[in-house]
Amino acid sequence: MRDTFVATTTALLEEDPRTAIVLADISADAFLPAMRRHPDRVLNVGIREQLMAGVAGGLALTGMRPFLHSYAPFLVDRAYEQLKLDLGHQDAGAVLVSIGASYDASGAGYTHQSPGDVELLDTLEGWTVHVPGHPDEVPALLRAAARTDDRVYVRLSSQENTRAYDTGPALQVVRPGWAGAPVVVAVGPMLDPVLAATDGLDVTVAYTLTPRPLDTAGLRRLVSRDVVLVEPYLSGTSSRQVADALRDIPHRSLHLGVGRTEIRHYGTPADHARTHGLDPASLRASITGFLDPRV
Amino acid sequence: MTVTATIEHMLTRITGDEKHSPSANSTLDVLWVLYDRILRITPETVDDPDRDRFLLSKGHGPAAYYAVLAAKGFIPEEWLDGLGTRMNHLGGHPDRVLVPGVEVGTGSLGHGLGLAVGTVLGLRAQGFVDSRVFVLLGDAELDEGSNHEAIAYAAATKLPLTAIVIDNQSATHGWPGGIAARFPGFTTAIVDGRDHRAIELALADRDRDRPHLVVAAV
Repeated sequence: MRDTFVATTTALLEEDPRTAIVLADISADAFLPAMRRHPDRVLNVGIREQLMAGVAGGLALTGMRPFLHSYAPFLVDRAYEQLKLDLGHQDAGAVLVSIGASYDASGAGYTHQSPGDVELLDTLEGWTVHVPGHPDEVPALLRAAARTDDRVYVRLSSQENTRAYDTGPALQVVRPGWAGAPVVVAVGPMLDPVLAATDGLDVTVAYTLTPRPLDTAGLRRLVSRDVVLVEPYLSGTSSRQVADALRDIPHRSLHLGVGRTEIRHYGTPADHARTHGLDPASLRASITGFLDPRV
Repeated sequence: MTVTATIEHMLTRITGDEKHSPSANSTLDVLWVLYDRILRITPETVDDPDRDRFLLSKGHGPAAYYAVLAAKGFIPEEWLDGLGTRMNHLGGHPDRVLVPGVEVGTGSLGHGLGLAVGTVLGLRAQGFVDSRVFVLLGDAELDEGSNHEAIAYAAATKLPLTAIVIDNQSATHGWPGGIAARFPGFTTAIVDGRDHRAIELALADRDRDRPHLVVAAV
């Protein structure tokens, strides 16, 4: 996904003079050709994430469209107040493109992981959040973001689904169950594990790569009673949105995602998925246990 | 009324007091010189893309800022009454969305310099190389680490911005060796923050290939 991001934004630099890239050393090598060609619009501020966000605010106030990029914990967690004030409070926009996600850097440890990035942005106003599940979904998201002045977060990950889906904002049904069947919503790269986990179960599997704003109208149309959210960041991050969407409909909900306890082991992303109960077998156990507590 | 009397009148109207707080007073002369003699900006050009920019990083004690904006016609003088009340656009810290002529909303310290760096870069990328960018900080505000990210980057990349530090010796632990020593790579001027002619000369000075620092001691 990172390569697709570099290629798409490099093309945007050619096509749209408003485009600017702001880096804090991460991925700087990949942008070297673009930097040579557009030295005024590809800016590497060094290992200075607060400045990266401040620079983005300043660029946006002059009419530019800045794309910021780093590991999620440095881009969002570390620069949270800059995102709040240098963008939001100024009524300015930018496109944040992160890598690392919750545990891509499983071997690097907790310092390089951001399971809470989406929840942090939920405390701020007006952020659109994209969580693509496949590299081929990335260009359309970035190009759409380039055409607005909105605040947009694109959460890239090395965890990928085997195929790309439509990049529109609507919840899309990937595998329908019978009418009234429980709905399992998978966000971004959680789709393949969810499809494997629910194989043979009478559930409707829906997919979104745009959890913010959540397609609440689509959710209301799909859900009869039972809904399960499976998100690749902190579990329960979307619980408020789901509760709001179904506020006047009797429903049961289960929220699965990254656990809220710091995991103090290394290993592979698959190891971390198992620890958080996000591998297909664990997901299946959680989902079937919720749908039929007698099982 | 003289210029000074006008501003004094405005300040009194804001604070309802003949005596003004030190944080409001410390910036008054620099702000007046900026808006009266330096900045290429008027109430008619607040949205021009190539206007000069002034960013008040130190959003505390904005009474002097509001007074100057009113004196120069950016905001109605009536706004100076009832500062911080429900129906007034002028509050304890300035909000760019509410106040014409205010480039950035500040209050939390350590945000203006980074925004100023981005503003310089945005102007340059669009070819507005004659537009100047000024950012005003307090000496205590320099305690915030975010400033030092911006200072180092501006110096390393030779960005033509002008940082103004109002030095009223308010930093808890001080800045041994002086403020200017914290801005390596900047051209610097240290002036009496009440001397309009000295302030004007220091602010008018510019080097297109280096950032500039004016320390205004008050």
